[in-house]
Amino acid sequence: MPHRGLVKVCLEEGVFFLTGKDFTNAGAASSSLKGILERLGVRKDIIRRTAIAAFEAEMNVIIYAVAGMMKYRITDTEISVIINDMGHGIPNIELAMTEGYSTAPDYVREMGFGSGMGLPNIRKNTDSLTVDSVVGEGTTMEFVIQLNAVN
Amino acid sequence: MNLGEILNILDADILTCASSLQKTVESAYCADLMSDVLSFSTTKSLLITGLTNVQVIRTAEMAAIELIIFVQGKRPDLRTINLAIEKNIPLFATGLSMFEACGRLYERGLRSQVHIYSQSPFGSCRTGAS
Repeated sequence: MPHRGLVKVCLEEGVFFLTGKDFTNAGAASSSLKGILERLGVRKDIIRRTAIAAFEAEMNVIIYAVAGMMKYRITDTEISVIINDMGHGIPNIELAMTEGYSTAPDYVREMGFGSGMGLPNIRKNTDSLTVDSVVGEGTTMEFVIQLNAVN
Repeated sequence: MNLGEILNILDADILTCASSLQKTVESAYCADLMSDVLSFSTTKSLLITGLTNVQVIRTAEMAAIELIIFVQGKRPDLRTINLAIEKNIPLFATGLSMFEACGRLYERGLRSQVHIYSQSPFGSCRTGAS
C-alpha cells in the first residue's frame, strides 16, 4: 500500500442520529460503534475507551439537546468521533470540564447520570478532545483515539 | 472468583441464562451512579448496584463489566433483562443490602482494583481545606 503511515487509510465511516430525551434508545449509537470496532478487531482496551467516551457524549446529547449526530471515522491509525447537537450550548466550557460540575436536572440524576463526570471522563479516555459551543445554538465535540497507543 | 461462587455467596437468583457460571471476575465495583461506573470501574469487574434501569446495562456494556448484581431485592423490568441477554451480560439479583453484598464478597477475598482515587474531585471537602 503506497504512502502507508503518511496517508490515513479509512476503514469505515458513518453517522448515527440522536434524539434528545429518548432515554429508551440512549446508548444505542455507542453500542453500534462498539460493535463495529469489535468487528474490525480493534484492541479491547481501545474499544473500551472509545465506547465510554462515545457513550458519555451521546448521553450529553440525549440529556441536554433537542437532537444531534454522532459521526465516526476509523482509519488504520485512529478513531475520530464528532458529536454535534442542536441544544442550549455550554456557556462556560472550562467550568463544564471540571469534575463534579453539573447542570443536570433531578430526573437525570435519578437515572444515574449527571454527576458532573461526563466531559472530564471523555478527556480522560481520549487522546485529543475539542469542544466548541455557541449558547442557544448547540455544541460540537470531536475526540480522537489513537489505535497504536501503548496500553 | 467465578460466577457460580458469587451466586452462592450472595444467595442470588440468575435473571439471565445460567450458561456463564464458569466465567470469572477479578475485581468488584459498586455504585448507583452510572457516571462513576464509567469513570472509575476497571475491566474484568462485576458491578453491584441498586439501580435497575436500562442505562445500567448500557453502562456495563461500554465499561466492559462482566456481571451485574442488583441488591436490596430489586428486579429490573423485562426490557432491561432482554438487553442484557442481547449484550451477553449476566444479571444476578439478591435480597441482601448493598453493604451486606459487598461485605460478603470482600470477606471471600474479592477486592476493587483501585484502592485510592488520587484525583478525588471532592478532595478539598474531605480535608476540610477552605
